[in-house]
Amino acid sequence: MPAALEISSLQKTYANGFEALKGIDLKVEEGDFYALLGPNGAGKSTTIGIVSSLVSKSGGKVRICGIDIDEDFSLAKKQIGIVPQEFNFNVFENVEDVLIHQAGYYGIPIGLARERAVYYLEKLGIADKQHVQMRMLSGGMKRRLMIARALIHEPRVLILDEPTAGVDIEMRRSMYEFLRETNEQGRTIILTTHYLEEAEMLCRNVAIINHGNIVTQGSIKDLLRGLNSETFLLDTQDALPPRIEVPGYALRQVEPQCLEVDLAKGQELAPIFTALSGAGVTVVSMRNKENRLERMFVNVLEGAS
Amino acid sequence: MSAYEQWIAFLTIMRKEVRRYLRIWTQTLLPSAITMSLYFVIFGTLIGKRIGTMGGVSYVEFVVPGLIMMAIITNTYANVVGSFFGAKFNNSIEELLVSPTPNYVIVLGYVAGGVSRGILVSIIVTSVALFFTKLDIYNWFVVIGVVALTSVAFSLCGLINAVFANTFDDVNIVPTFVLTPLTYLGGVFYSLDLLPDFWAGVSQINPLVYVVNAFRYGVLGVSDVDITVSFTMLIGLTVVAFAYAMHLLSTGTRLRT
Repeated sequence: MPAALEISSLQKTYANGFEALKGIDLKVEEGDFYALLGPNGAGKSTTIGIVSSLVSKSGGKVRICGIDIDEDFSLAKKQIGIVPQEFNFNVFENVEDVLIHQAGYYGIPIGLARERAVYYLEKLGIADKQHVQMRMLSGGMKRRLMIARALIHEPRVLILDEPTAGVDIEMRRSMYEFLRETNEQGRTIILTTHYLEEAEMLCRNVAIINHGNIVTQGSIKDLLRGLNSETFLLDTQDALPPRIEVPGYALRQVEPQCLEVDLAKGQELAPIFTALSGAGVTVVSMRNKENRLERMFVNVLEGAS
Repeated sequence: MSAYEQWIAFLTIMRKEVRRYLRIWTQTLLPSAITMSLYFVIFGTLIGKRIGTMGGVSYVEFVVPGLIMMAIITNTYANVVGSFFGAKFNNSIEELLVSPTPNYVIVLGYVAGGVSRGILVSIIVTSVALFFTKLDIYNWFVVIGVVALTSVAFSLCGLINAVFANTFDDVNIVPTFVLTPLTYLGGVFYSLDLLPDFWAGVSQINPLVYVVNAFRYGVLGVSDVDITVSFTMLIGLTVVAFAYAMHLLSTGTRLRT
């Protein structure tokens, strides 16, 4: 089975000389849930722009579901649905028309387009907005409509460029649920996001791009295993004793009832619990100080710079 | 895309365009009816009576074809330049650009929208004209041919303008500073015979002279220029404008980065 997206030596130099992509290689297998991460200006949107045809490449190859975009871009475009970062609607159209028009551009007859529009609007929880003008929708509703629009021609690959930017938590969670379900049905999903917990929660594989280069890629689990240290916060029932030490461990008391612990790779938490228990302190909860993917992301970017 | 899918894409663009100008009919259809009514009242009835005949027909009959053609030119151009630039401005053009719709279908879809508005406006203006004068069509073939070619050509010109436009000012420059003067100097209100030889010669390089006179020939059977030359120019303009519009879309000029 061909990869959902295969990019080799992809380059983009803009007219002003800025080198946005310096020959990246990327492979996303069919059915994957893939995160493309990187700081602002790293080249994520340029990559998506090239795949969607809004940006012309300066060099390299792109294959979508095995179809070379230089040979048959029209067929390749049918395989992908794009959810862009910025809203790109005609605000004077109503919700249903936006979907029916988009379907029409893919050659889908109006009857079938209407059926699918109703289906996706229901799935995304905005069925009651079917006949509402675009400008009357909230930001979150517009984001969900963009997902419906990208799926209206039932593509094999769904590419989302920061789909949850500015979306409230409840709506974000319902979007996660929908995306998971869509992925479970066999559709490949490629996601760019600045919410790293989102990527960790949803995606199986990841690539980190910086200054137009892929600095690392692979399974999220494997990459997280490579972390050399983690920091945990332990909340205690009682006030911590003034001085608590465990040989080989870096401990900091950040609040009267909160202890910060740096855990090197291979170290266990058991000696800390034993020491606290010995001091008559009960731990009531424990959490990672920072998102693990975020730590890995920062490490990778620092290592690359 | 199969031929059937391309046909659906074409109908979708056209339907979207038609619904757009019908939705805002007070901005797109009504002004032509009002403006032309005023032209007919002032130039046809009030001043026209004092002028007498021109080109062998009453003055009001003489100006009707030119005014209909003026309405077609301005409306087809305005429809496509406004709609396409609007789509560029709010980025909704990306909906089309990311789809597999071929460039020629995009061009034809927008042109079909412009042509349909041009024809609708010409029907409205002709209906208004019938309140002021009778119209016996001299040659239906010429009338239909000129309306079709003119609508297509100026829709294409509007599309080209929209591709290059960066602001709403850019959308209005050509209609205001090029199309309107050329139309007024294109023999809508007078016969070229009235002009001194020098200015009559200068008028020969105004393409709208050929458009207006070709239509006048179809309606009244009178023209200041050779009808064959008029058709050749219109066909030439249409072919060149289509080829250029296709070139702009295929290279992604001002549309893709």
